[in-house]
Amino acid sequence: MKNVVCLKEEGMQSQNGGKLIEMPGGFGRFRSEKKRRNLSNWLFLAPCLFALALCAGWPLLKTIYFSFTDAALDSLNDFQFIGIDNFVNLARDQDWWIAVKNTLVITVVAVPLETIFGMIIALILHKNFKGRGWMRAIVLIPWTIPTIVSARMWLWMLNDVYGIVNELLIRVGIIDSPIPWIASNTLSVVSIILVDVWKTTPYMALLLLAGLQSLPQDCFEAAEVDSIPFRKIFMKIILPLMKPTIIVAMIFRILDTFKIFDLVYILSSGNSATATMSVFARKHLVDYADVGFGSAAATALLFFIAFLSIFYISFNRKKLNKLS
Amino acid sequence: MIKAENKWKYKRLLKNVAFAAICLVVAACCLFPFYWAVVSSFRDGANIFSTDLWPTHLSFENYKTVFRDKTFLCSFWNSAAVATMTAFLTLTVCLSAAYPLARHKFPGRKRVLMIALGVTTLPQVAVLSGMFELIRVLDIYNEKAALVLSYMIITVPFTLWTMTNFMKSIPKEIEEAAIMDGASQRVILTKVFLPILGPAIVTTGLLAFIAAWNEFLFALTFTLTNQARTVPVSLALFSGASQHEVPYGLIMAASVLVTLPLVMLVVIFQRRIISGLTAGSVKG
Repeated sequence: MKNVVCLKEEGMQSQNGGKLIEMPGGFGRFRSEKKRRNLSNWLFLAPCLFALALCAGWPLLKTIYFSFTDAALDSLNDFQFIGIDNFVNLARDQDWWIAVKNTLVITVVAVPLETIFGMIIALILHKNFKGRGWMRAIVLIPWTIPTIVSARMWLWMLNDVYGIVNELLIRVGIIDSPIPWIASNTLSVVSIILVDVWKTTPYMALLLLAGLQSLPQDCFEAAEVDSIPFRKIFMKIILPLMKPTIIVAMIFRILDTFKIFDLVYILSSGNSATATMSVFARKHLVDYADVGFGSAAATALLFFIAFLSIFYISFNRKKLNKLS
Repeated sequence: MIKAENKWKYKRLLKNVAFAAICLVVAACCLFPFYWAVVSSFRDGANIFSTDLWPTHLSFENYKTVFRDKTFLCSFWNSAAVATMTAFLTLTVCLSAAYPLARHKFPGRKRVLMIALGVTTLPQVAVLSGMFELIRVLDIYNEKAALVLSYMIITVPFTLWTMTNFMKSIPKEIEEAAIMDGASQRVILTKVFLPILGPAIVTTGLLAFIAAWNEFLFALTFTLTNQARTVPVSLALFSGASQHEVPYGLIMAASVLVTLPLVMLVVIFQRRIISGLTAGSVKG
């Protein structure tokens, strides 16, 4: 389709372009419309590329650079290279491995739960029923609430003495005495997972809903007309067709959960037994002002993420090809 | 015959009831925490410890206290200003960049999109120390500019993808007509595409605004004083004299105030937000 435009322009060019071609030296470089067009493309891109380089590229390289130094927060210009000492110390640090373990546990438990609940919600929202608009708005609400606010809300709800969650559980008769949701290390991780699932399931549901909507709709209808039970339609038609979408959405969420910070920061309030990799890195970087060591932890996290990103990007390549 | 029909009707009714029940449960799970925050925020003093599920007290004391709190009002203003500026800057930069990415074929185009996708996966912590240094060098520590600059790493890649997708959907005839009329690229973008893209700009702008409004890690690290803090940070640092005196009523009132604008935006724009969220990610 683009070729049409190009042809037209080249046609126009050839009518008055003779002079340009005869021009000697530098101007000759612009004689072809294609090259001039190329330059203007990059001019349009320039501000964005500059912004990305300034706020992502440079800080990223600098962080990796810092991870090989003994820089401190108050002496960012005065530091020495210490090779891989930071990484060696990191590997020896018990708290770091606890943070790695916590991050992995949260990811491995939370993401599948989100996928299951997200799928249920997506199936509900895909159905045509009265009040679907309201349902969509309601489902979006947990996603909209700022993470800090939801963490604070849940902290109050999970309060061991006055919390409504314990109260309700006791009233229904599931437990006899209040559960210390936040005070106990194990339960604290459970709470983090609970709140994370509550908060991010809506987003998962939207990703899956988009996938559902791009499936051929007539096969659902045909199955419904033949009164095949929904369980069968789901297992035999929807799930296999949705597999690529589910995988991409899960990788997307895994990448996000690996970086989890806000929730853990509030819910575990500085307790290193329930910290995650991001919380660990920031604690050393800012609270202990050890930029070198903190950067090393951040770089290690980056490696985990980079490894996963390769999967994510290769899955997205299909979409990229569609865009081009 | 009639019996069979009745049976079928009965089954259908049962199905509908079950579906409605699932909907109700989902809605209750989504809304309850926010509902509880609202109920708690209207309970003053010792009433906050009441576990009645219904709003039994209606006191505006907490809200009055929050509105008298200068620090909180200040952070509210900071959040609004930072989020608006971030959304505006992101849109400007990305509109310009999405134009060649969506409409032209040129070498390096795919690479740019790939880099943007890569940046979306970057953990914020991984740029923290580098960003800290950059902010020191630019001398904008503890200022709004520091937050706007650092938020661009979150908003730009996502907006770029979404905007490219939206711009790709404009029919090529419109562009061709403009070219035939002798319009330059800049004119095509600002005079022809921009009006068409109105809804898309609202959507992506809104998403960038929400992302900036909710951001916590950078805001926590790059601000120091009460006057510079944004809402999430002041909420996180909001605490009483001791651990047992946390002013939950106040926190809930502040939480409701912070969330209400967002909830309203989502209820009004839910269709647009959903299309924006899915356009920028894994559809297809």
